[in-house]
Amino acid sequence: MSKKITIEPVTRVEGHGKVTILMDDHAQVKETRLHIVEFRGFERFVQGRPYWEAPVLVQRLCGICPVSHHIAAAKAMDVIVGAGNGDGLTAVGEKMRRLMHYGQFFQSHVLHFFHLSSPDFLFGIDGDPALRNIIGVAQHHKELAVQGVMMRKFGQEVIKVTAGKKIHGTGAIPGGINKNLSIAERDSLLVGTELLNADKMVDWSLAALEFFKNYHKNNQSQLDNFAAFPSNHLSLVRKDGALDIYHGVLRAVDAEGKRILNDVDYHEYYNYIEEEVRNWSYMKFPYLKHLGKEKGWYRVGPLARLNTCDFIPTPLAQKEFEEYKSYTNGKPNNMSLHYHWARLIEVLHSAEVIRDLLNDPDLQNEDLTVKGKKQLEGVGVIEAPRGTLFHHYKINEEDLITMANLIVSTTNNNEPMNTAVNKTAHAFMDGQTHISEPMMNAVEVAIRAYDPCLSCATHALGQMPLEVSLVGPDGRMMDQKLKNG
Amino acid sequence: MENQIKIIIDGQEVLTEKGKTILEVARENNIFIPTLCHFMGADPKANCRVCTIKIHNRMMTSCTTPAADGMEIENNTPELNDIRKSIIELLFVSGNHFCPTCEKSGDCELQALAYRYQMMVPRFPYDFPQKKIDSSNPKILKEQNRCISCKRCIKTIKDEQGRHYFAFRNRGNKIEVVLDPDLGIEISDELALMAMKNCPVGSIIYKEKGFEKPIGTRKFDKTPIGS
Repeated sequence: MSKKITIEPVTRVEGHGKVTILMDDHAQVKETRLHIVEFRGFERFVQGRPYWEAPVLVQRLCGICPVSHHIAAAKAMDVIVGAGNGDGLTAVGEKMRRLMHYGQFFQSHVLHFFHLSSPDFLFGIDGDPALRNIIGVAQHHKELAVQGVMMRKFGQEVIKVTAGKKIHGTGAIPGGINKNLSIAERDSLLVGTELLNADKMVDWSLAALEFFKNYHKNNQSQLDNFAAFPSNHLSLVRKDGALDIYHGVLRAVDAEGKRILNDVDYHEYYNYIEEEVRNWSYMKFPYLKHLGKEKGWYRVGPLARLNTCDFIPTPLAQKEFEEYKSYTNGKPNNMSLHYHWARLIEVLHSAEVIRDLLNDPDLQNEDLTVKGKKQLEGVGVIEAPRGTLFHHYKINEEDLITMANLIVSTTNNNEPMNTAVNKTAHAFMDGQTHISEPMMNAVEVAIRAYDPCLSCATHALGQMPLEVSLVGPDGRMMDQKLKNG
Repeated sequence: MENQIKIIIDGQEVLTEKGKTILEVARENNIFIPTLCHFMGADPKANCRVCTIKIHNRMMTSCTTPAADGMEIENNTPELNDIRKSIIELLFVSGNHFCPTCEKSGDCELQALAYRYQMMVPRFPYDFPQKKIDSSNPKILKEQNRCISCKRCIKTIKDEQGRHYFAFRNRGNKIEVVLDPDLGIEISDELALMAMKNCPVGSIIYKEKGFEKPIGTRKFDKTPIGS
């Protein structure tokens, strides 16, 4: 008998979504969908606002990585105020923004790994749900929990000294930055305290990687095969092919590593990327135009970044990158749960970059902004923790925004997350007539690997209880389970 | 000594001279009475009523009431502070004030008073009025959503001939403060900046400078209003 299974909402991700799984008459998974069911509409209500307000306004999309939206919008506004196409800022302007961005990268990735995902590794996908959460981690793995909390705090402190406050600051302004880094602020992070300093963050990042690699060694089959599927991968890379999350060119590779987007200028992203709307989700489905809807979809985020870049420009992360790449013989990595591995390499890279930047005397310079001939249109693209983030604005002669288009990281991962859900549903639910909690969590684990920010992607935010229903073909409820978030 | 008078504010005896308002006397003696429309150097008009005090059990505005010998004045009392809070709440609900994205946040007197009086949720329903932004002037953006019609800009921003750059338009609940489009086109940078500074909210914006002042250096970041 065919059935419809609904998982709503998905837990331990940012934002609010639900999953429906249709089962056929033979209890086989027929169709799956990850729905994003809320809507916020920032693209609309930023219209009519003065352009210099955009970096502060649009960052309210999110409380986890507002810095991403803040900087992407500021980069677009750099173009509008004539400060170049992303590489025209003063040294202190660009480096302060980089410091802010790497700080947020660090804290966001740490939040995801320690707070949201580590419970699945520590207690198992089928572990006791009462334990399988951050409280359980704190009770049974205190040292790891402390590391997670302190690492996130460090990232937040980096954001505070660059943006003015930890969440929703104002540091990046059109054409640059509104403050430099004082010596006292620098030392508070560089020297800091025993548990809160730049060196400690590098050490702990290495330790987190070791933890994951050990877990991988003992659970290789699970991590390698869970929701693994071939796909294209897209990200920014520096012009020389290095991993760069602040600025660069757009590169995409296919599942075998062949370039399908060859280092193009992101200011013309609309020539390469199209978005499809489907009537069951508020999240659009982007794809590469020249490959079409069926073959043009791609993954973004840590996995994609380490598939597109040629190297990582910090020594410790580069060493880890080489080990990571050797695992797939230099070919792109298409294993969904390896997102976690890639993410932790980026955590280490961020810690190294933050330490290097804190030692850079340019951060004490006073030439904070630069401006030139005003333009009426600007595009800003960065790599947010969850993937490539596009901001595109047009203004009128009176400085008011007339158009905004945001392609948010998680939106880029829409099709891959749906594919991951589909793979997982097949693996765990084919032939099943009864829904178990581990089955539900397995679907969530697949989604969680992508660290989606559903609120960003649809401009929605919410608490997440979970509801799963089995519905017969006649619409009759066969089975239902609920849990509160 | 003939000029000297004695008044009592919240039980504190204060010696002063005749001819001053209660607000002036309070300020000279570091006694805080909140204001929004009042601006030093301009004639007080008692528009906003936030400076309401009680004299011998009668409500008065301290910015327009001259101090007189023997006056006993209530100022910092729960009753008066609640009245002030309610006025602030009315100002919030009758406009569209979104502090999180306002570039005057941290320098805004209305916001600072809301913090002082611990406004959490207004007791009145929001009006959500349809207001517009006038961005036609090359230097000044007039954000009508945030205007509280205090008249500070009208009173203080004038050219050398005494002509006012700002004026009221319309009447009743449709009243709004507008920048004279002809005179405004010639406004100097200095006056435009002064207009923004004198505005107690974020209604007058000097264009293209938003958020240049970092958090931590804004007027009320470290020194709450009245402290």
